Amino acid sequence: MDVEAAKMIGAGLAVIALAGVGVGIGSIFSSLVSSIARNPAARDTVFGIGILGFALTEAIALFALVVALLMLFAL
Amino acid sequence: MHSPVEQFTIKVLFALNLFGFDIQFTNSALFMVLAVCVSSAFLYFAMRPAAIIPGRLQGLAEMLYEFVADMVQSNAGNEGRPYFPFVFTLFLFVLFSNLLGLIPYSYTTTSQIVVTFAMAIFIFLGVTLIALFKHGLHFFSFFVPAGAPKILIPFLVLIEVISYFVRPVSLSVRLFANMLAGHTMLKVFGGLAVMIASAGGVFVAGSILPLVAIIGLTGLEILVAVLQAYVFTILTCMYLNDALHLH
Repeated sequence: MDVEAAKMIGAGLAVIALAGVGVGIGSIFSSLVSSIARNPAARDTVFGIGILGFALTEAIALFALVVALLMLFAL
Repeated sequence: MHSPVEQFTIKVLFALNLFGFDIQFTNSALFMVLAVCVSSAFLYFAMRPAAIIPGRLQGLAEMLYEFVADMVQSNAGNEGRPYFPFVFTLFLFVLFSNLLGLIPYSYTTTSQIVVTFAMAIFIFLGVTLIALFKHGLHFFSFFVPAGAPKILIPFLVLIEVISYFVRPVSLSVRLFANMLAGHTMLKVFGGLAVMIASAGGVFVAGSILPLVAIIGLTGLEILVAVLQAYVFTILTCMYLNDALHLH
């Protein structure tokens, strides 16, 4: 197998990790919505933490993207 | 046809020769200077009226101040208040660097790993030094989680140390990858519009679709720019809290 094909396959395998990230982000927003539905007054407090959690989870997605880009273009 | 990654090339604008050092003023440096100038000018002109009841622009500047002050106060406590000027400067610099990159034909400074890593490593070293000066050798008790069974302590300490050293890496890569991915996606959709239109005939009308997608994506990118500045700053406050209070 030549290097180009191996790079493509490696990059494709690297982004399988995004499945877990999708589940994680969906879980954060589902608990955000149900906690606001239970207690609408907590909205301001809970929203900030929810957005922070979303950004931290998205960072994991971007680590996977960086590995894929490394494989395609750097190694 | 331009490739989507051509926007990240660094071009030298002019060369300065200061004290024997050959400093090349690049477009990256220009946009950093621009971010500082725009944020300083915004704050200066917004606070000029200095009215007790703020108008719209002054209200905006005061809301920004209060937002970051509240973040520092609630995440780092009262002992974190001396660090508020640094955190506010950091927030405004990252925010304006991210936002200025959304102007067409401009350059995003935070899309380079060297820029975000420099900021993150300074924050990491600064926070570690603050902790060492404040707590001395007792700082190393930070790595032992409370209430852990004695058998597991060596493994837990190893895991805690590794996750502590990953902090600057994750902080910098999060910001860098968000900016890189967002801007690359915008350019890919732009190239897609050109490719569809160049197929000729009925496809020229179809090329409006990627352009509509770019409008949505730009809105998303503005949200991501603000969000990443917020996350960078709030994580800095949390690391400061860890340094000042050791759990």
